[in-house]
Amino acid sequence: MVDLAPHTATSPWFKDNARTALADAELQNALKFVEANFIARRREVAGQLPEFELLRDSARDIRDHTLAHLDLYLAAYEKRVVEHGGHVHYAVTGEDAQRIVLSICRKLGARTVTKGKSMVAEEIGLNDFLEAHGVTPIETDLGEYIVQLRQEMPSHIIAPAVHLTKAQIESEFRRVHTHLPRDRNLAEPTSLLAEARAVLREKFLTADVGITGANFLVAETGTSVIVTNEGNGDLTQTLPRAHIVLASIEKLVPTLEDLSQLLRVLARSATGQEMSVYTTLSTGPRRPDDPDGPAEYHVVLLDNGRSSMLGGAFRDMLRCIRCGACMNHCPIYHAVGGHAYGWVYSGPMGAVLTPSLIGIDRAGHLPNASTFCGRCEEVCPVRIPLPRMMRSWREREFEQHLSPATVRSGLAFWAFFAKRPRLYGIATAAAARLLGFVGRRWGRFAWLPLASGWTRHRDFPAPQGATFQAQWKSAERGRLARSYVSSAGGQSGKGTGGTDGRDRRAPGPPP
Amino acid sequence: MAEPMARRVGLFVTCLVDLIRPSVGFAAATLLVDAGCTVEVPPQSCCGQPAFNSGDRATAREIAAQVIVAFAPYDYVVAPSGSCAGMLKVHYPELFRGDPNWQPHADALAEKTYELVSFLVDVCGLDRVKARLEATATYHDSCSSLRELGVRDQPRRLLATVEGLRLAEMRDTEVCCGFGGTFCVKYPEISNAIVAKKAAAIAATGADLLLAGDLGCLMNMAGKLQRDGAKIEARHVAEVLAGMTHEPAIGVPPRRGAA
Repeated sequence: MVDLAPHTATSPWFKDNARTALADAELQNALKFVEANFIARRREVAGQLPEFELLRDSARDIRDHTLAHLDLYLAAYEKRVVEHGGHVHYAVTGEDAQRIVLSICRKLGARTVTKGKSMVAEEIGLNDFLEAHGVTPIETDLGEYIVQLRQEMPSHIIAPAVHLTKAQIESEFRRVHTHLPRDRNLAEPTSLLAEARAVLREKFLTADVGITGANFLVAETGTSVIVTNEGNGDLTQTLPRAHIVLASIEKLVPTLEDLSQLLRVLARSATGQEMSVYTTLSTGPRRPDDPDGPAEYHVVLLDNGRSSMLGGAFRDMLRCIRCGACMNHCPIYHAVGGHAYGWVYSGPMGAVLTPSLIGIDRAGHLPNASTFCGRCEEVCPVRIPLPRMMRSWREREFEQHLSPATVRSGLAFWAFFAKRPRLYGIATAAAARLLGFVGRRWGRFAWLPLASGWTRHRDFPAPQGATFQAQWKSAERGRLARSYVSSAGGQSGKGTGGTDGRDRRAPGPPP
Repeated sequence: MAEPMARRVGLFVTCLVDLIRPSVGFAAATLLVDAGCTVEVPPQSCCGQPAFNSGDRATAREIAAQVIVAFAPYDYVVAPSGSCAGMLKVHYPELFRGDPNWQPHADALAEKTYELVSFLVDVCGLDRVKARLEATATYHDSCSSLRELGVRDQPRRLLATVEGLRLAEMRDTEVCCGFGGTFCVKYPEISNAIVAKKAAAIAATGADLLLAGDLGCLMNMAGKLQRDGAKIEARHVAEVLAGMTHEPAIGVPPRRGAA
């Protein structure tokens, strides 16, 4: 397992992380689930909705519009929250957010807090901070609960424990839940869930404060929205005395109508559900006639660098609604899992967002570790041009001379020739002849100098001999053209001859 | 063929075909001529992707400008590669966006640039070829062809008319092979893990021939299959469509005794 001291980014060691992940048999086994399940489910449910592609356009437009007027919507949202008796706190940095949450807990004398799943809480390292200050955080989402027991970070933004097999989870429960009978049956996923529920039930009843994230914040009504499949979020936010919503500023949407459109693409893109099992809207603290609900309702709005993204090249990233479809469809994520990325956000969205939040100097590998296959962009419900933005990061890296010296010098050497096509022709003709000659016996190379990254895992084909351009030129000179031109127009010639181009059916130059 | 209507095509042969497998270039030229085009090959090096994808925008622009000038005279620019055609068609305009001198030229080049097989089908109206090959083939969709250029049905439609050829689709044909240009040497272990899955999917079809429209992907997959000892040959789709399969497959030595 990748050893992650929580909230200490290991992104600079992405390559080592990846190597460890590739050698981890249990992880590789667990990752098969992502590839096998998420993709097929999304495809099926998206295919059942004729307007799905139009909804994606609409979702993109709603997010763009919101970002263009974020200041207005934040002000409107705050006004509504306050009208309903809630409190809004602005946190410029992660430390500010930590401090605000702690002060609310202290004011209430809170000793334990229950938590719904929140990636923003992961981003600011909230659990460690609260624990260090005498407040015990308890994760109530099953996946988050498991990774908390294991002192890990989530490896996926919607499926925190997707890097674990069922057997690993069972052994973790047996290690921690020592008060339960040893011979209990935990063979089924449902029995694991039931056990976690039973353990968590007590915690819900004793918690002083409940902290949740928010999938969306609705400006029109001052409402925070969470979607879950376990119902843990509802218990987290209704049972304790205070509910703290921890959300980043870009989670705003203008109206409930906009919200409903976004919800239609969110669950379909994420888990392949039409809707999540629970969609919970919270507006302010408990009112006099409400049967339940928290006495206090706080919203902590985190910026943490996002407002500076608004005016720049990575603004489109702020459209993200955290569905995880990009990582579910990413061949790199399938190969190494989320922990290899070394910080809270992984996969393609992490490859773009993480450098914005922790710096390209530390997260440089992330946008580089992509084949630009484009599948992430193909499935993104808000059409974020993820490959293009990864390339933008590579450009910044190159401009700031952060890319490795070997890459830069190799590129410069290649560019010198590539910018001079005639010289390039001479150089490549010589190289092709040499490699073609050396490799003609086996047809390929099992090892090549300067290309060990390739030849360590695969053979490299020997060039056929003369370059195409050299052969074409000699054909143009008329040595072969005449014989071709007389037969042009039919698909008669089958043979392509050897590498000397003797009977090549090269079309001749125009008369 | 309708000679007066001949389309004047500048063949962007791609650096890999130029250097490693010229026979693909000749197959492409043959297909184009048979479809009624005239083919010319102006001096060229590369489309600039290695620089573009490494963040070296200045070099990418210099090379792009060079390609734009070299191919200005032709009615069409055709490349036997989705990746390089995608660079010209999708990314050159992006490189020069907002540049009053170059943007119109980049847009004009993009407008007339095509990947080979989609050009044959969509522009030339080709619906069959006169080739013959006894083989069971599986076709890999390269990411750029599929997602940047929307090439999917065209090669399959033409391959279906190759006499003797059976097409066996692999699972996850739309999944990347792990090549990714410089990615495969920058992150060799990850690339290897991805291509290993691809090789298994190819082998599971029972096909004896792997086809694709991009030499980079083909070299990656063929190299992996060969390292694993699999007896599956790999060729560019143009070779099969042109009936030019006498040249040894990718990474296979010439037959002994052959010149």
